[in-house]
Amino acid sequence: MEEEQIYVLADSARATVFEARGVTKVYRMGEVEVHALRGADVDLYEGEFVVLLGPSGSGKSTLLNILGGLDTPTAGTVRYHDNDISSAGDRELTEYRRNHVGFIFQFYNLIPSLTARENVALVTEIARDPMRPEEALALVKLADRMDHFPSQLSGGEQQRVAVARAVAKRPNVLLCDEPTGALDFKTGIKVLDALESVNRELGTTTAVITHNAAIAEMADRVVHIADGRIAKVDVNLTRKKPAELSW
Amino acid sequence: MIPALDRKLLRDLWRMKGQALAIAAVIAAGVAMYVSQLGMLDSLRLTQHEYYSQYRFAHVFAGCKRAPESVMEDIRGIDGVQTAESRVVWGVTLDVPGLDEPAVGQLISYPDHGEPLLNDLFIRTGDLPQGPDQIAASEAFCKAHKFKPGDSVVALINGRKRRLTITAIVLSPEYVYSLPAGGFIPDDKRYGVFWMRRHELAGASDMQGAFNDVTLTLKPGASEPEVMRRLDDVLAPYGGRGAMPQRLQLSNWFLNNEITQLEQFGNVLPVIFLAVAAFLLNVVMSRLIATQREQVAALKAFGYRDRDVAIHYAKFVLLVSIIGGIIGAAAGAWMGRGLTQIYTEFYHFPVLVFRLDPLLPVRALAITAGASLLGAMASVRKAAALPPAEAMRPEAPPTYRRTLVERIGLEHVLRQPTRMILRELERRPVKAALSVLGISMAGALLVVGFGFIDMVNYVIDSQANVLQREDVSVTFIEPRNRSALHDLRAMPGVQHAEPFRNVPARLRFKHRWRLAGINGVSRNATLNRVVDEDLKPLVLPDEGVALSRALADVLGITGGDMLTLEVLEGERPTRQVRVAALVDDFLGLNAYMDLEALNRLMRQDGVISGAHISVDPAAQRQLYRQLKDTPFVAGVSLKQAAIDNLRKTMAENILITLGMTVFFAGVITFGVVYNAARISLSERSRELASLRVLGMTRGEISYILLGELAILVLAAVPLGCLLGYWMARGTLAALNTETFRLPFVMSDMSYSVAATVVLVAGAISALIVRRRLDRLDLVEVLKTKE
Repeated sequence: MEEEQIYVLADSARATVFEARGVTKVYRMGEVEVHALRGADVDLYEGEFVVLLGPSGSGKSTLLNILGGLDTPTAGTVRYHDNDISSAGDRELTEYRRNHVGFIFQFYNLIPSLTARENVALVTEIARDPMRPEEALALVKLADRMDHFPSQLSGGEQQRVAVARAVAKRPNVLLCDEPTGALDFKTGIKVLDALESVNRELGTTTAVITHNAAIAEMADRVVHIADGRIAKVDVNLTRKKPAELSW
Repeated sequence: MIPALDRKLLRDLWRMKGQALAIAAVIAAGVAMYVSQLGMLDSLRLTQHEYYSQYRFAHVFAGCKRAPESVMEDIRGIDGVQTAESRVVWGVTLDVPGLDEPAVGQLISYPDHGEPLLNDLFIRTGDLPQGPDQIAASEAFCKAHKFKPGDSVVALINGRKRRLTITAIVLSPEYVYSLPAGGFIPDDKRYGVFWMRRHELAGASDMQGAFNDVTLTLKPGASEPEVMRRLDDVLAPYGGRGAMPQRLQLSNWFLNNEITQLEQFGNVLPVIFLAVAAFLLNVVMSRLIATQREQVAALKAFGYRDRDVAIHYAKFVLLVSIIGGIIGAAAGAWMGRGLTQIYTEFYHFPVLVFRLDPLLPVRALAITAGASLLGAMASVRKAAALPPAEAMRPEAPPTYRRTLVERIGLEHVLRQPTRMILRELERRPVKAALSVLGISMAGALLVVGFGFIDMVNYVIDSQANVLQREDVSVTFIEPRNRSALHDLRAMPGVQHAEPFRNVPARLRFKHRWRLAGINGVSRNATLNRVVDEDLKPLVLPDEGVALSRALADVLGITGGDMLTLEVLEGERPTRQVRVAALVDDFLGLNAYMDLEALNRLMRQDGVISGAHISVDPAAQRQLYRQLKDTPFVAGVSLKQAAIDNLRKTMAENILITLGMTVFFAGVITFGVVYNAARISLSERSRELASLRVLGMTRGEISYILLGELAILVLAAVPLGCLLGYWMARGTLAALNTETFRLPFVMSDMSYSVAATVVLVAGAISALIVRRRLDRLDLVEVLKTKE
């Protein structure tokens, strides 16, 4: 009870990490024009665990990609601390991703020709102040599988390697796109557990995209997205531990 | 510690080793061709140069009838002459053990004491002659007869038979190519060069205190034409036959022409090879990288810069290029050495110098690696230019359309898989076009290789069956009256005898000149004929001369111009004659006239220098023996031997290069087709696996992929034939020389063999890909998006 209260109190006091205003994104898929975002406004605070919840096609992945500097908005502004990343060029975005952002994707996106340790090293080698790959893998409880290739790991293990790879650089923000989307319940919980402990132990601002409402219960705040806009924001007074979730 | 990105590189490379090897093979083929040809040529030139300078090959050569030794003072006094040496050179007929027909030889005097000042001999084995009736013999002749020091031949010198014993086997820079005067093809069995001590040869030929041949070197900076003009003046009263610069000296002229031909081959073909290899790599690399789109996106998401990604793939390309380049350079050096060895033996060089300019493989590698980098970078840039988010998203369903075939209402004819093939081709026409172009370029190289081999055979066949239909040609010692023909016709086995006349002359037009014989051809000749480009007999005009087009080019003369003939025999008249026709012949620089017209020009009547004869095979040996004992016969040349020697010469020359061309073109063809198939496979394996999941059989999905490959290969065949035709046409001119010219004849055979190789490469690639299709992992497809 004590712990939960600290969270709530801290919330309002925390600094703003992201400040997105009127973010719009239109892109072409083949011959179709897709309006992925239609003026989204949202703030993310330091150290919080946010879940972006919405059905598929709601624009949540697009929002995450824009926050992570993988994509730029068609209109609107996005500020990361004091920097406008919505108007940044390719070079600045690369530096931004390199030094501040950790990504986790639904399909892991591990490099198939590299072992778990090497996949993590791929990132630590270019980071400013990384952990050792072994340390990062221990954090996700994969110390004994470090020299396995992706093809020798289960889906959950692969995703934990991806988590290790994302956190090894000690990023300021961790952005996760449907991290459990391709996993069964049990392994999904393990991955969420890994994310929760990173958020708790390292204080990394963490945003998780999901269409699974159950996961929202472990967040500090839940941002509901529908049809390219922010529908509402819920604040959880109590955060459930991943082990307490069920779906 | 190898960075993780480099490990990815090595592992990716290992995973794709089959494909990487195919690419490396294409590079290796191009580089090997380039390095071996240019390395060999460089070495050949160097060997030639070393040989000439070490053995003091003269700069100017001149013959005369007979000049007193005192004339040498005048010659040495000519301004610009460094060293001059007189010799006696005497033509003989030979009775060689084991040879029915007479052979001819050249006896050359060797100083009584010490070494010759010029044109020194390399002694392969034995000791130079000391005693009477001893000779040193040319290695080519000794090899042809398996002669060793101690063996002997009988020579008819100045009407007297003498048995000459070989004491040494030697090589001379003057006879790298040993050709009887007027001959175009070496015939080592029937032509030998021998060296004898001066006083002995002078005694045998009545040349004491006199000489009939002089060679000299020039002082640095001396004017060659000026020295030759003055030399001609000095020798004119003594029956001078005209001075000849080193570049026109028969052996050297042939050698240079051959090396030039090899050089042109060596400069043209490997460059085409490299260009084709580079183009292919460009195509292959760009498609390869396109298949790694997702990985590029992931790397970028982690913060790798575009430059890092570019360097990563550049390393990939360079690694493959370097592997191919090293294999190619090593193979090229090895082959270059082998080729140099072959040519060293062929040309009877005493030493083998093989030099490989280290810049050569480096240059070849730079060209291929550069081209592949270019190809790769275009794709890397494209992959890197995508915002990573977009690249991570599954690619939008590509835009397909109903194809033209379907739009014009034939859709009911086509089954669904066939529609997929056609729509795929029509959706990415550039990709399809590049694949077709790549395969057809490889096929074109094959067409060029096979085409040239065909042309060489065409020349040999035409020479044997159309131009030279005689069995034997007999040359007289001196021009004789036409009645000599009767003597020949009376000999055993002679079925038909056709007279000819050969008049040695200097052909001059303005400031340019060449020494050449005027061939007088009898009207209505049926044995030895002049033909036009369609191999139809050419009727020589009543007046005027017909020239090889190559000779006309050398002289800068065209039809209708007046040519000056400075005749080098008899009264040595100078005559003007109109160029009446140009002939596209294959061998040498020739001038032809109607026999009667030539005699009229010479103001003589019924003079002939020999005859072409057809012989009853049954009486052949009898005829040869009788010719051997006929005093007025200077030499006999056998058509079959000439053709065999021509074939042999060709085989040892350009056919080696052409063989290599065909081999490497085959390697390239396979590399290209295989890569095209493999890349299509990796681009579409997911789609095809999905179809398997939906219940299609292995055969059905194979049809979709391999059907596309088949269409590409089939489309490439005619295009390759067309490109090959143009390439052969374009390079042909570069291959023609003063001594040997190929007509542009492409046979259906060349096309069909080339097409077959391409189709076989396609079939083998298809089989390999088919095996991979059979092992597609279906479950994996359902689990992940890509």
